[in-house]
Amino acid sequence: MRVNVKYFASIRESVGTGAEQVETTAATLGALRDELIARGGAHAQSLARGRAVRVALNQVMSAEDAALSEGCEVAFFPPVTGG
Amino acid sequence: MVARVAIQTQDFDVAAEIAALRAQDKRVGAICTFIGTVRDRNDGSTISTMELEHYPGMTEKSIEAMIDEAFKRFDIYTARVIHRVGLLQPLDQIVLVVVTSAHRGESFQACEFLMDYLKTQAPFWKKEQTPEGARWVDARVSDDAALARWGITSGNLAP
Repeated sequence: MRVNVKYFASIRESVGTGAEQVETTAATLGALRDELIARGGAHAQSLARGRAVRVALNQVMSAEDAALSEGCEVAFFPPVTGG
Repeated sequence: MVARVAIQTQDFDVAAEIAALRAQDKRVGAICTFIGTVRDRNDGSTISTMELEHYPGMTEKSIEAMIDEAFKRFDIYTARVIHRVGLLQPLDQIVLVVVTSAHRGESFQACEFLMDYLKTQAPFWKKEQTPEGARWVDARVSDDAALARWGITSGNLAP
């Protein structure tokens, strides 16, 4: 399936883009993160396990076991620092 | 009816916002506001500018959700949150929370709850310009602890 992936803040800067379409076989957010890590390079570094990375599915903060669906919007970003 | 959430680059007028929120509402006996501003120092460095990034769509939704939660928890009449994005400088206003209620206790609590929630749950990120170069502001453990007081697990710093 095809999903829309967004990156923000330091992760956006290190992967070099704010958005990309990803063709994936991953069933969950966590599996998608692992797929992106497997690309190596900046994706592997910024999304590495053990780093504080927050994930949103269709604009709601979500746990990594949340299921992906065709055309969904996934976002990866560092801990938030507003206010 | 005033919109509850605004994300904007332009500054805001606190007095005008309060006046709009309480206009003709004779139930109101207490109004609490919080204003966050840009400091000229952070973590030992001088800050010349600060750039705020957000997640259009999700940021607004997450603040709407936290205002819904505040209405469930506290006996308040109205609430409004304005958060600026883009390039800011020391002294600039960043964020405004205004809450109205019949008595002060509820609006004091709701105002603090909304800020504690916003700090760790609303997608905003700050990048500071210092003499040593630009850097992303780190999230603070103390902000997760502040939200925990309300019985909510933040997860902001969880790996």
